[in-house]
Amino acid sequence: MKDVLLKKELFNGFVEALMNSYKVAAPTRRGDKSFAFNFITDPAEVCLDHIPTILPPKKYFLPQHETLLEYNTTEGQNMQAFVEIEPMVILGVHSCDIAGIQCLNHVFMDRPKDYHYQARHDKILLIGYECLRKCDQYASCGLMQTHTPTGGYDIFMTDMGDHYYFSINTFDGKSLVQLFDGFELADTAAEKTLKKLRSDKKKLFRNETDVSLAEIPSIFEWGFDSHVWDRTAEKCLSCGNCTNVCPTCYCFDVNDEPELNLAKGRRVRVWDSCQNETFAIIAGGENFRPKRAQRTRHRFFRKFKYPVMRYGKFFCTGCGRCSRQCMASINLKETISNLKRSWGEI
Amino acid sequence: MRIPLKKSGYEIIKAEVVKITPMTATEKLYEIRLKNGENLDHDPGQFVEVSMFGAGEAPISVCSSPTNQDTFELCIRKIGRMTSVLHNLEVGDEIGIRGPFGVGFPVNLLKGRDMIFIAGGLGIAPMRSLINYVLDERRDFGKVDILLGCKTPDKMLFGGEVAVWAERMDVNFCCTVDKSDPEWKGNVGLITTLIPGVNFNPDNTFAVVCGPPEMYIYVIQELLKKGMPESRIYVSLERHMKCGMGRCGHCQIHQYYCCMDGPVFPYDKVKDLEGAI
Repeated sequence: MKDVLLKKELFNGFVEALMNSYKVAAPTRRGDKSFAFNFITDPAEVCLDHIPTILPPKKYFLPQHETLLEYNTTEGQNMQAFVEIEPMVILGVHSCDIAGIQCLNHVFMDRPKDYHYQARHDKILLIGYECLRKCDQYASCGLMQTHTPTGGYDIFMTDMGDHYYFSINTFDGKSLVQLFDGFELADTAAEKTLKKLRSDKKKLFRNETDVSLAEIPSIFEWGFDSHVWDRTAEKCLSCGNCTNVCPTCYCFDVNDEPELNLAKGRRVRVWDSCQNETFAIIAGGENFRPKRAQRTRHRFFRKFKYPVMRYGKFFCTGCGRCSRQCMASINLKETISNLKRSWGEI
Repeated sequence: MRIPLKKSGYEIIKAEVVKITPMTATEKLYEIRLKNGENLDHDPGQFVEVSMFGAGEAPISVCSSPTNQDTFELCIRKIGRMTSVLHNLEVGDEIGIRGPFGVGFPVNLLKGRDMIFIAGGLGIAPMRSLINYVLDERRDFGKVDILLGCKTPDKMLFGGEVAVWAERMDVNFCCTVDKSDPEWKGNVGLITTLIPGVNFNPDNTFAVVCGPPEMYIYVIQELLKKGMPESRIYVSLERHMKCGMGRCGHCQIHQYYCCMDGPVFPYDKVKDLEGAI
């Protein structure tokens, strides 16, 4: 599909055009170095140059608190499953978060499909925004190779000085562009500039660690019994911050929430965390991951080994959120580095 | 916009409690019939999610053989909030069922083989679906040994049925309790003490083990000592399967989701996974 250009001064007009047809979520500033995806009411709220938001856009695909069905037990066990969603656009999604959504797509659209997820997925359009410099010291998108997206978006925007370059990936993306009048076709000069930007980017987004992507599988092949997990767990508070902010963590709990009359209510799923002590407990009281080190390790293996076996890809997008939010300063890059170095040690 | 879903995976099938049999102080046996007129169509060893709106859901093994097509049975121990609600059910009450889920026992692979069943405590519940299947299709199987263990004689589940197994000519039956009472005339000791007394041909026998988590490793050691190959020991593992569709993460054992890849595993598939057994 032919790509287009938009003058920067017209960008707010485009956002307004989007807002006329869709609910629009975009990164907004929350503090000096903190940003959050929110539904916007004014294009001026959009903050494209953000470091990864506190919560990733997974909250729109898998809400923290999602009704699966409503029940009514007045006359037996009656229920109706449904999804409540408006057509929406998420604007300004970084490539790491696009990669995160691609991971969730694997999980929830694998058989047996999750139709709640599918319904949300079908109603959400994604406009990505290219990072041209590293956000901070926590990110590891250079290691994970997620600084440039491989699909997963409807439109992908790149800053080209006085213009934005819009790479259009889908018909839905094209229809978004058609909502606004100010676009011009991208000429060969613009395409060339994009190519140049991308190749310059490669020099900037170097691997942040002494571990290469290719050797991660072997590290996690022997790394299960490494002492690194005990060392890491000594700091861990089992608070679950890392899993909440992770764009690819999807564990959940299913609960019933009765209304006051007790006859009606809702069955909901809420985010859960494998870092919680009670996560792997069974009715008889046995806990299969009672130790903090086991839970810490489980999180890392759920990023770097198990999904590779199941879905053929790493479930770390290098966004750096887990390290950024960790109250105990557990750093993902350091942990992997330490794991590599622990080879042969006991 | 509210989009109604018809097969999101979380819909329940309405079912009716047709019979309740109290078994011990904490366990009751429920006979259930689906109200949509269909059979549950499960494999021995599979489980269902039992739902009571307001109380939640619990994963429960189906303990009846699929050869009984019209209804199925669940043996439920009163152990938490949800199962306490289930214990208050009466005949005719409506419940919700999702499933069956998971991989059951490989019955076709077991046909033409000798069988050893080793069940401890509530492990008899998932095992009973297979034992009764084998006994219903007795001609398809070789020698059958059943070893049962429980804590005390009053905790013995399916007492009447067990007594019938003990009498059957085509079954070698052995039973033990950890702690005896004055009326008990059988063996006393852990279930592992029964294994040395069983004669089996390691080349043509499958062992099926089900019990509390701490039981597996000792029972399996005894079987291995007698030459049983690891690939022919099947275990049924207990985890808290919340969703049944390989997502919620609660039942995860390394790369496996117990609700999809299990709950029945051949021992060699899980033996090297720390925390699995």
